[in-house]
Amino acid sequence: MFKEYDPLKNKLFSVMDKDGNITHEKWMPDITDEKSLQAYKNMMFARKADLMTVSYQRQGRIYTYPPNYGQEAIAGGIAQVLREDDWVVPAYRELGVWLAKGATLKEVFLYFMGYEDGSRFENAKHLLPVSVPIASQLLHATGIGYEIKYNQKDEVVYTFVGDGGTSEGDFHEALNFASVWKVPVVFVIQNNQYAISFNVKNQTSSRNLAVKAVAYGLKSIQVDGNDFFAMTKVAQEAAKLAREKQEPVLVEALTYRKGAHTTSDDPSKYRTKEEEQEWEEKDPMKRMKSYLASKELWDDKQEEELDAQYKKEVERQFEEAENYGEYPLEDVFKYHYDEMPDVLKKQLYAHEKYLKWKEGQ
Amino acid sequence: MTLVKAINNALDIKLNENKDVVIYGEDVGYEGGVFRVTQGLQEKYGAQRVFDSPLAESGIVGTAVGMAVAGMKPVIEMQFSGFAYPGFNHIISHVSRMRNRSRGKYTSSMVIRMPYGGGIKALEHHSESMEAIYGHIPGLKVVMPSTPHDAKGLLISAIESQDPVIYMEPKRIYRAVKQEVSEDKFNVQIGKANVVQQGKDVTVVSYGAMMRDTQKALALAKKAGISVELIDLRTIFPLDVDTIASSIKKTGRIVTVHEAPNSFGVASEINSIALEESFLHLEAPPKRVTGFDTIFPLPQGEHHYMPTPEKIYYEIEKTVKF
Repeated sequence: MFKEYDPLKNKLFSVMDKDGNITHEKWMPDITDEKSLQAYKNMMFARKADLMTVSYQRQGRIYTYPPNYGQEAIAGGIAQVLREDDWVVPAYRELGVWLAKGATLKEVFLYFMGYEDGSRFENAKHLLPVSVPIASQLLHATGIGYEIKYNQKDEVVYTFVGDGGTSEGDFHEALNFASVWKVPVVFVIQNNQYAISFNVKNQTSSRNLAVKAVAYGLKSIQVDGNDFFAMTKVAQEAAKLAREKQEPVLVEALTYRKGAHTTSDDPSKYRTKEEEQEWEEKDPMKRMKSYLASKELWDDKQEEELDAQYKKEVERQFEEAENYGEYPLEDVFKYHYDEMPDVLKKQLYAHEKYLKWKEGQ
Repeated sequence: MTLVKAINNALDIKLNENKDVVIYGEDVGYEGGVFRVTQGLQEKYGAQRVFDSPLAESGIVGTAVGMAVAGMKPVIEMQFSGFAYPGFNHIISHVSRMRNRSRGKYTSSMVIRMPYGGGIKALEHHSESMEAIYGHIPGLKVVMPSTPHDAKGLLISAIESQDPVIYMEPKRIYRAVKQEVSEDKFNVQIGKANVVQQGKDVTVVSYGAMMRDTQKALALAKKAGISVELIDLRTIFPLDVDTIASSIKKTGRIVTVHEAPNSFGVASEINSIALEESFLHLEAPPKRVTGFDTIFPLPQGEHHYMPTPEKIYYEIEKTVKF
């Protein structure tokens, strides 16, 4: 597969067309109908949660949030291979992967409401918090890969970056270190066409982003990231290389950010309606739904019912997060060091004294 | 034992004791480091544990974050402190923040070793002393030994610490000082300054390589009949406020010596301690004897920049006679 879709040939790996017809039967991943349907439901939940989060932000009930709308199939595919012990090292637009790893929506809400507590991920093993400095997390993933190899563990690291992140030095250093060290890391570029306002066509002169791995000696592939089956197949093959051969892999998943960069951004300033319409036809949910409907695994009525159920579930978790309570002053201080140094204790104490004085006024 | 040998000995002890400890950086493996600090360690512990990494400081620090998160204890080297800046993004954005960001679920506990300081007739970027920028970053500890004994004990403590530690090595005195140091394991506590000499007229604070010049200045002070209390900070953050403040309360005078630039430096911080903690005891304005707020000059000019024993003495005398 990696040979046939060598990124130097600039050939996009896909399995399903935009109407949900399987066009490349030989690349159909090893997946049951039941699992495909469950994956669709999970993607539906992620989309519902994402759209509702944006509207909560518009209502002033949550702070800045980076939408995932339109990119659901990438997480959908990775989720098919993700094991409990595997690591996920995200950037900040990986809602579907967080949920697949065991993070709760409530935790995600807490984080974007402004509580670090949301990054504790109580029930998600080996999931790192959001990493804002672009592409830096790829090196963390590579370091974790070293630990896996060093202690001969049966684990794989999945790490994520956007198209803009491929211009950062850390992207290149991470690919180089991972390749030199031969560590089990799957690098996933969510190429959603835009780094905020900057189109990927202007980001690089390379023919695609996957090709950047060639010089570092990694296998890589450009895949239709809006095609759940293509994503799943690529995830399966990449996981196999990483797990069995300790080989790092770069996956460029082509997609489109249907929403804004964050809730503070207005994409109408830098992209056209025509372009948005063009990608609308390739929407990952629409394609998957057509496929499932054609196999009589899913219909509009079921979709409607599940949508209503998910709406309630999102609301429930949002309300729980909204009622989380006060952020204690001590929490500002207490997680910086193993033991709080005197200098921090003094600053905390002095501020408490001030607060007491203020209360008395 | 020289300082270089003491550091090597501390690394040897921790590598032997804890399988999670790995050492990597540029030229630290096969060659044993450009200053030979890690000499012999790869031979003894193998190339999985002591190794040369690709030449990329961001890559070195960034991968160490991942190793630490996964439970290892990386002890990484920045070949010179002036080369650390490509890795600075990870230090300030992740190393210092991982514990707080994850509410204690993950830590980024590691040791970042870097030789610092001038007076070695070096090329550009090889002489700076930028400890203050690390001291300013919440979540880090910053350690700067001045003797072989402290270098060993502090490094062992740094490797055992659950917090990330920036360990700055006074390369000018790597081989200049020899001291009897036990081959056995011992700790020097991070965050505790050392009162090297008791005195009553003036408190003099320094650390790292400048301790030697300061001690030479003290010989001049002794001749002049000035009784100096000398404090070796050992740790830049967290500063040992109590030791500094109680000494100032005793002497009423404070002179701080470092080779780093003057403004926003460690000496300024100590002067704040003097004012905030011992204002009513002060007999003279707190004094800073430091490098200039300039770029460190190339070799022909570095004698202008470095504080000398004579200059340190000159300021001590002025402070005492104020």
